[in-house]
Amino acid sequence: MTDFATKLIHNKGSIDPATGAVSIPIYQVSTFDQNIGNSDEYDYARSCNPTRGALEDIIAELEDGIAGFAFGSGMAAISAALLLFGQGDHILAPKDVYGGTYRMLTKGVGKWGISHSFVDTTDLDAVKKAAGPNTKAIVLESPSNPLLKISDLPAICAWAKERGIISIVDNTFMTPYLQKPLNFGADIVLHSGTKFLAGHSDVVAGLAVTGDRELANGLKFLQNSLGGVLGPQDSWLTIRGIKTLKVRLDQEQASALKVAQALAACPKVKAVYYPGLPDHPGHELLKRQAGGFGAVLSFETESPELARKLMADVKIPAVAVSLGGVETILSYPATMSHAAMPQAVRHELGISDSLLRLSVGLEDSQDIVDDLLRTLNQ
Amino acid sequence: MQLCTKLAHVGLCTDEKTGAISTPIYQTATFRHAGLGESTGFDYTRSKNPTRQVLEEAIASLEGGAAGFAFSSGMAAITSVLMLYNSGDHLVVVADCYGGTYRLLDKVFSRFGLTASFVDTSSLAALAAAIEPATKAVLVETPTNPLMKIADIAGIVNIGHQHELHVIVDNTFLTPYFQRPLEQGADIVVHSGSKYLAGHNDLVCGLAVARTAELGEKLAFIQNAAGMILSPADCWLLLRGIKTLALRMDKHNSNALTIAAWLKSHPRVKEVHFPGLADHPGKAVHDRQATGYGGMISFVVDDAALVPQVLSRVKLIQYAESLGGVESLITFPAVQTHADIPAEIREELGINDRLLRLSVGIEAAEDLIEDLQQALE
Repeated sequence: MTDFATKLIHNKGSIDPATGAVSIPIYQVSTFDQNIGNSDEYDYARSCNPTRGALEDIIAELEDGIAGFAFGSGMAAISAALLLFGQGDHILAPKDVYGGTYRMLTKGVGKWGISHSFVDTTDLDAVKKAAGPNTKAIVLESPSNPLLKISDLPAICAWAKERGIISIVDNTFMTPYLQKPLNFGADIVLHSGTKFLAGHSDVVAGLAVTGDRELANGLKFLQNSLGGVLGPQDSWLTIRGIKTLKVRLDQEQASALKVAQALAACPKVKAVYYPGLPDHPGHELLKRQAGGFGAVLSFETESPELARKLMADVKIPAVAVSLGGVETILSYPATMSHAAMPQAVRHELGISDSLLRLSVGLEDSQDIVDDLLRTLNQ
Repeated sequence: MQLCTKLAHVGLCTDEKTGAISTPIYQTATFRHAGLGESTGFDYTRSKNPTRQVLEEAIASLEGGAAGFAFSSGMAAITSVLMLYNSGDHLVVVADCYGGTYRLLDKVFSRFGLTASFVDTSSLAALAAAIEPATKAVLVETPTNPLMKIADIAGIVNIGHQHELHVIVDNTFLTPYFQRPLEQGADIVVHSGSKYLAGHNDLVCGLAVARTAELGEKLAFIQNAAGMILSPADCWLLLRGIKTLALRMDKHNSNALTIAAWLKSHPRVKEVHFPGLADHPGKAVHDRQATGYGGMISFVVDDAALVPQVLSRVKLIQYAESLGGVESLITFPAVQTHADIPAEIREELGINDRLLRLSVGIEAAEDLIEDLQQALE
């Protein structure tokens, strides 16, 4: 049973061993009787909850890792991974890293003596030059958010391994269906499970997976010690979402390509960033390291006014933060996902005031295109 | 308004659209904006969720603080509060603190250059002597877990504020129904909401309340940045639990008074730690700052060999970690809740291999006594 589509339905977390229920029970419980319980595994639900455990087993299996961890949000997962490091350590991260990770690096872990540098991770030489003797980790996002830049994950992970640097890949945009970073040498994979994995914009969740026993012990320790765990109800909803990951993403990325093509042909659109377009600079590279291009794209309108008008006039997309849901979501990185970044830094990165990010959902692709073009062509 | 009225009305009719008596569970990640720069006040659930907001406002009101925060566990609440401090800062912490708090300071925050001194906070002199130039906060539990020692909150606030320290009180054991540290000048209250507040051993959650809006803003930043938030379903369950807090706490309290007195007279029991007992050294201070004793008792049996017997023989009382639920639980702190504290320190504190901790539930006290009687025989 190797096909991914089958694995999504039949996996370590799919059947309740006690009753045979084909949906794992929601263990809404805090503690476990130590005399009655047959397993030493369960003592307190912060440490171990069977529903959360099922989700953790599933994501570990899907990412080809040995251990998975579920957190109360993507940021709680990222925070736990960053807190593996300590005073004096240095972390590399992409220049256009997600705003929340940017905030955690600059305003969070910085005050505990963990330093960082931002680097263009599409440039391997720049990455190598940015590393110093205290560099302990590199955070990677590919495709990046919101400009969909592609980094050479196998090459960077191989270099990191040689240098003893822990590579941490945020795989939120691709999911293990399209990209499995552990298989090309990444040490830790992170997810905002809120996005494509849960897939319905109804859960906030974070996940971490590793293939390394020592890192697994470190993450387990921090998950339990810091306590940023995912609740049982949300664990169950994430499991439920994962079952339809393939069918959702298949359709969403097919639609994303159609929308990207239509936007590219629109004279009011200055640029479209979608790695599925053959002229995207990372197109070939992404083809080598992933099984698809995902369902997130961004585009620049001819003016900031048009971007704002589009947000006010669209009927189908929800103007909102977040992505990866069954509903199309249009967001404005400058004031939403990347608001934590100073304006000068944002502009230098190309996150302009005319940039919009679109997460393509399950609506009919022609309906989405018509809705966008109606306003753009006015 | 009496506190029990306030409790019964927690989360009541918060939904203006329908008038629903019970707060809706907003199982959503994100919120639609009407347009750029327009927001309903809700953008992304990690930052703010309507169900969580009702809970956060409720706990802030019950504790008498400016702002409340809900976290995915009590440890996430404590972690988030500790994230207020920087490398080089120092904390004074109650010696027999919860094992998870000890572990967090000893194994995690120590790596970030945050140091802590552990002192017996039932002594104001010991506490004052532990304050260093780099000290930024005092973290106390009263009663302590598991030895039920009492710290003088107003006295600590007095010393702490002279040194411009934050006074942080873990109020898990008493809840705002019996004790409101912010009213005595403490700066932050933290809770494992999993315990009495939720009250049914059916969820893991944490809460923090800041006395001032300024401190509240800092905690709001950390809650959003580090992201260790409580899920909407668990927020709702916690609201539901809080509605019956007064009834439950009264029953826990009266049961514990009866059982503590009974344990005290038992020949195999050498010591009973419960602030409601007349000879408890902290009783006078406790009576000044709290209106009840709660449902937590710890006791020392005469022989370590009796411990496994009690744990396996109890029938009504479950042998499980945690506390504060409607059902009675018994734990062995040395190997469970306080396993992360080194053995020699544990022994010195009195958390030894003969100490058992009882979380007295709301069953009939006679039934619980009968169960303990047969287990101790």
